[in-house]
Amino acid sequence: MKLTVNGTAHEVDAPPDMPLLWVLRDLIGLTGTKFGCGMAQCGACTVHLDGTPMRSCITPAAAAADRSVTTIEGLSADGSHPVQRAWAELDVVQCGYCQSGQIMSAVALLAANAKPSDADIDAALSGNLCRCGTYQRIRAAVHRAAELSKA
Amino acid sequence: MNDLSNASRRRFLKAGAAVVGGGLVIAFTVPLAKRFAGGGEAAPAAPAAAPAANAFLRVGSDDSVTVLIAHSEMGQGIWTALPMLIAEELDADWSRVRVEHAPAAPVYAHTVFGMQMTGGSSSTWSEFERYRQAGATARALLVQAAAKQWGVNPADCRVENGIVSSGSHSARFGELAEAANALPAPDKVALKEPKDWKLIGKATKRLDTPEKITGRATFGMDVKFDGLLTAVVARPPVFGGTVKSYDAAKAKAVPGVRSVVQVPSGIAVVADHFWAARQGREALSVEWDLGPNAALDTAALQAEFQRLADTPGLAAAKAGDPAQAMKQAARQLQADYSVPYLAHAPMEPLNATVRIGPDRCEIWAGTQFQTLDQMVAAQITGLKPEQVQIHTTFLGGGFGRRATPTSDFVSEAVHVAKAAGQPVKTVWTREDDVRGGYYRPAYLHRVHIGVDDKGLPLAWQHAVVGQSILVGTPMEPMMVKDGVDATSVEGVVDSPYLKGIGAHRVEIHSPKTGIPVLWWRSVGHSHTAFVMEGLVDELALAAKQDPVEYRRALLKDHPRHLGVLNLAAEKAGWATPPPKGRARGVAVHESFGSIIAQVAEVSAQDGRIRVHRVTCAVDCGIAVNPIGIAAQMESGVAFGLGAALHSRLDFREGRVQQSNFHDYVVLRLDEMPQVDVHIVPSTEKPGGVGEPGTPPVAPAVANAVAALTGKRLRELPLRLA
Ligand code: FES
Ligand code: FES
Repeated sequence: MKLTVNGTAHEVDAPPDMPLLWVLRDLIGLTGTKFGCGMAQCGACTVHLDGTPMRSCITPAAAAADRSVTTIEGLSADGSHPVQRAWAELDVVQCGYCQSGQIMSAVALLAANAKPSDADIDAALSGNLCRCGTYQRIRAAVHRAAELSKA
Repeated sequence: MNDLSNASRRRFLKAGAAVVGGGLVIAFTVPLAKRFAGGGEAAPAAPAAAPAANAFLRVGSDDSVTVLIAHSEMGQGIWTALPMLIAEELDADWSRVRVEHAPAAPVYAHTVFGMQMTGGSSSTWSEFERYRQAGATARALLVQAAAKQWGVNPADCRVENGIVSSGSHSARFGELAEAANALPAPDKVALKEPKDWKLIGKATKRLDTPEKITGRATFGMDVKFDGLLTAVVARPPVFGGTVKSYDAAKAKAVPGVRSVVQVPSGIAVVADHFWAARQGREALSVEWDLGPNAALDTAALQAEFQRLADTPGLAAAKAGDPAQAMKQAARQLQADYSVPYLAHAPMEPLNATVRIGPDRCEIWAGTQFQTLDQMVAAQITGLKPEQVQIHTTFLGGGFGRRATPTSDFVSEAVHVAKAAGQPVKTVWTREDDVRGGYYRPAYLHRVHIGVDDKGLPLAWQHAVVGQSILVGTPMEPMMVKDGVDATSVEGVVDSPYLKGIGAHRVEIHSPKTGIPVLWWRSVGHSHTAFVMEGLVDELALAAKQDPVEYRRALLKDHPRHLGVLNLAAEKAGWATPPPKGRARGVAVHESFGSIIAQVAEVSAQDGRIRVHRVTCAVDCGIAVNPIGIAAQMESGVAFGLGAALHSRLDFREGRVQQSNFHDYVVLRLDEMPQVDVHIVPSTEKPGGVGEPGTPPVAPAVANAVAALTGKRLRELPLRLA
């Protein structure tokens, strides 16, 4: 099957029901997208499919064929995406394991809503668990990213 | 790990003395050894030099200062705090500081616990001398090298921002590194006076952010190299179960499955990738011998705990004659407090990668217990511990789960790789993790308090019932005394409240249940703070006193407790009424060398508790990195609040009922309160910060709920309806 990930075309040999998460991680070698629950409960595996955030752990790879997949690695070459800059500025990360998913969800939120309220952020990001409890900084960083995106 | 008393610290030190390496030597290696950074296709090369070089830092010819961290970065920010200590004394250019996890070697043994490990909120205080010494030693060598080159007196050299200078001479660290490397290290170096600190105490951003916001950071889960296979293991559905028989035919028929092997913990399906391994496990049929715990049941356990609480236990603390004193009491309070079993559920499910060669075993793992892993792997493979090489990756959360005295997930992975005869990454699913044991034990506290006519306690009888974490582990000889596991009663026996009561008795029962248990962020304090601060609040309300005022009276001889209590109360606006429909509750608790007070502001709707704000005052002694401390307080609050409001594990017919985040509920973003952290300025020696933020939140919330509704909740998770 053919997959376009971060603008690069890949031909992968995967059973059609294999979740996109494992195709990305184990077949293509992009390990920035994380496994946390495998049942759409934690958001660690969030990627964009044609710009829409998806939980790749329950998305069959076949559903991504001929569509454009964006992972954390595709956001910027150097961490310069406004969301990443905001994350760095506010020292959001702790263990870091959930953060690819958090950032991908935040990017999708800001693409749809340039100036989200706290309630918007709660609604968009409550599907992304963080056991380190970086939530307060995530909220602040989403607001900051909205400012940075404007500039 | 628990908060060790000085006496047990000394015992630990003594027990560990054989393992602790010799004096401090700083190795300057030029050029930088290539570190395993993951992401490469080829197998990472072993470091060229033996790891026993005692290296805490290296100065590269490119002016980089690479700090080797003897502890595991699991989110707590140790990759930033320890480099700060070195850079402070070294006067390094902070922008040139790089960080690596140290390999497993005796020289990196914990300065107090005697083995290489991360736990007990101890990394900063236990390294406060050693890492500063390392920095100061390196600085002295660089200065000596410069002075020699220039023919000047070392005393006339200055160091600033990675540059040594004297008069018109100046040289960058990188230019001096090789010459410095050839010099003998001085026996003694002086450390800076606190007033001269530039970095210690300065809010410093994390050094691991760039890789963690780009997906580049390598966690155990992300390790890859050619020929690496992935396994998932079918484990018994009941703790203590064993394999009776199994049929692997269908599993082997799954495309991508390479082999199915039996290991002590169950049956491992080894495949080209995770998905195939998981599908293979689904197809596997195993007949289990369920063993002795097949009837395990939460209600039955609770009944047994209740029964035990009324029988005499082992004395963990005693003073005066509480039974006699109780007779003088103007009023009495009897209460049961209880907490459930809990999983740590770190965001990254457990995993470990193992490659076994004829004379070497390599392990890539996010572990908190390198020394034990090394010993256990040596035993399994028949190698010597020094032939077991451990590459510590980033940990996707630890919270204690990655510090198992049995090395459970690492040793299992070694068994799998050995049985498969190939390099294998053994991966746990979330269900495996939630059902895999090593839980925070459930506890029941049964307490009987007598108060005088002013409402102040004069007699206190306290029974603690719950499994011992330490019995049966290598730590038992050090931390279990006369049958009393210090971690079961920490926070009670050393409570400042109890110390002020002339007649008290704490008894302990440590039933065995068959459930594997473990330290969970803040260990015993995760339940004892809830109990002690709940009880004191009950006493305050019964005495019709303000909860802060009442605590002030009881804590009058504990200035640091008073300091955080007053600060939190002030910052939370305790003296002014909360917004309509809300109430505040307070808790103050010491753990791991730090004292923390929290004020929670809550409301309730349709039986659902909402926590809006938590004001947190922390006295952790010298505050090495204020941003990191604030982050750990926020983190501790979120972790404790998830448990206070939601998390519990139940057993029925031996089986854990919860399995994933839909039923093992933890805190989500929409429930995160605003957390304001206030640090008490202090010159006391540093205390821990990774764990102490967790204990006070559950009681602060329960106390606020009591103030709001008049209902006293004595069981976690808190349930109003
Ligand atoms: S791994 Fe996909 S949502 Fe948790
Ligand atoms: S930073 Fe550790 S889980 Fe979010």
